[in-house]
Amino acid sequence: MRWGLRILFVVGLLCMSAPYSKPQVREIRVAAAADLSFAMPDLARQFEKQTRVKVSVTYGSSGNFYAQMQNGGPFDLFFSADIEYPRKLEAVGLAEPGTLYEYALGRIVIWAPVDSKLNLAMQGWQALLEPRVQKIAIANPQHAPYGRAALAALKNAGIYEQVKAKLVFGENIAQAAQFIQSGNADAGIIAMSLALSSAMRNGKCWEIPASMHPPIEQGMILLKSARDKDMARAFLEFVLSPTGKGILTKFGFSIPGTNSSSYRGLDRGSTPALVTTRS
Amino acid sequence: MEALLLSLRLALSVSAILLVIGMPLAYWLAYSKWRGKFLLESVVALPLVLPPTVLGFYLLVAMGPRGPLGRMWYALFGHGLAFTFSGLVLASVLYSFPFAIQPLVAAFEGVDRKLIEASALLGAGRFRTFQRVILPLSVPGVVTAMVLSFAHTVGEFGVVLMVGGNLPGVTRTVSIDVYDHVQSMEFAQANRMAFLLLAISFAFLSVVYAVNRRVGRRVWASWVAR
Repeated sequence: MRWGLRILFVVGLLCMSAPYSKPQVREIRVAAAADLSFAMPDLARQFEKQTRVKVSVTYGSSGNFYAQMQNGGPFDLFFSADIEYPRKLEAVGLAEPGTLYEYALGRIVIWAPVDSKLNLAMQGWQALLEPRVQKIAIANPQHAPYGRAALAALKNAGIYEQVKAKLVFGENIAQAAQFIQSGNADAGIIAMSLALSSAMRNGKCWEIPASMHPPIEQGMILLKSARDKDMARAFLEFVLSPTGKGILTKFGFSIPGTNSSSYRGLDRGSTPALVTTRS
Repeated sequence: MEALLLSLRLALSVSAILLVIGMPLAYWLAYSKWRGKFLLESVVALPLVLPPTVLGFYLLVAMGPRGPLGRMWYALFGHGLAFTFSGLVLASVLYSFPFAIQPLVAAFEGVDRKLIEASALLGAGRFRTFQRVILPLSVPGVVTAMVLSFAHTVGEFGVVLMVGGNLPGVTRTVSIDVYDHVQSMEFAQANRMAFLLLAISFAFLSVVYAVNRRVGRRVWASWVAR
């Protein structure tokens, strides 16, 4: 019994000291917008495999991160769902000059649960006008970039006035998705990156053509306060590499410069020829 | 301003409902001799432990068309419960439950047993004893329960965020409004709204506590006992 206790004590001590005796692992700290929740783990895993550098990621809203970074938030890299935030960080001198990249464009879709009676592939916008659609969830356009895009798209489609009373607002795009997934809203406009996630993949979805909303520019930047600038830079380059781009595309982003259709503003007549649909 | 009025309306409804359902429940919790009472006490205290966003998520699921609450509500009124003022009231009642129940139970338990027995010996029934003896002696506890549930509802954020849907005049309460302003970096508006909320809450709480503590205890008591 005595010995048992002693052994337990020694083992306990070893356990406590273990993390400190290991050689320091190099690590980069990434603040990532919530729309990267599914692409970023893949990016990080690939990068870790190549370099043995650990990527530790915190997900949140870009606006919250922006406020934290102005007050010394402990991050090396910032991946924002709205390029305006990193742009402002660069302007006030909190970021390394010349490290701002537009790494992807967000895509938006109309989404409904799998058991919904809507036929999104056939109906497209018209689905939202159906009487059985009582609530439509979008992210708050006041501060969420995907919400702004959704609102602009509704206006461009010419149905905003008709659906205005049906709109409910999630604090961010993930919450808007939750509103629909739980059945409290009948349909909604969410990020393609969420619609492709394992929890929502089987739902119904119709992509809103990129020409119908202002581009949702995803921006990344290296912060001045970064601990390991070389490694952080290497990660930026990895995201811009063909491998990184491949992962981003797979998880529902498009790559700037490769997309032929571009935003044409308030031009209601022009329905783009190429529309990807899934149902 | 709309948001502030909405918050006050919500908080008033919630305290009123909690007063009505809280009294009998607290009475039972204070005087029942049932052995399993601790189980119910734990259930009442649960909203204190659950993070508001978790509670909010459960409520959202329960209010959905596949959830028990949502189905019941749909059968009764023909529309969903989430994103409505009623839904918000229901969520807030659950969230503020312990803040109303616990002061009430403490107040009822604090009443001298001898007085209750004396009342019974003089021939008063249970309800009359409650009305003429227990309630007048528990007035400070009742006021505390009301003030706490009111204040807790005004300051509520996570649950409203989860089930509200941020509709102006319906579910956009003052805490959500302030948060939105901060998020969109309209700090001046956020400041103005937050300060207004602070000032009104402070004034309200001071008045209630002043009435409760000093001047009014006897007045209140005699008014209730009348």
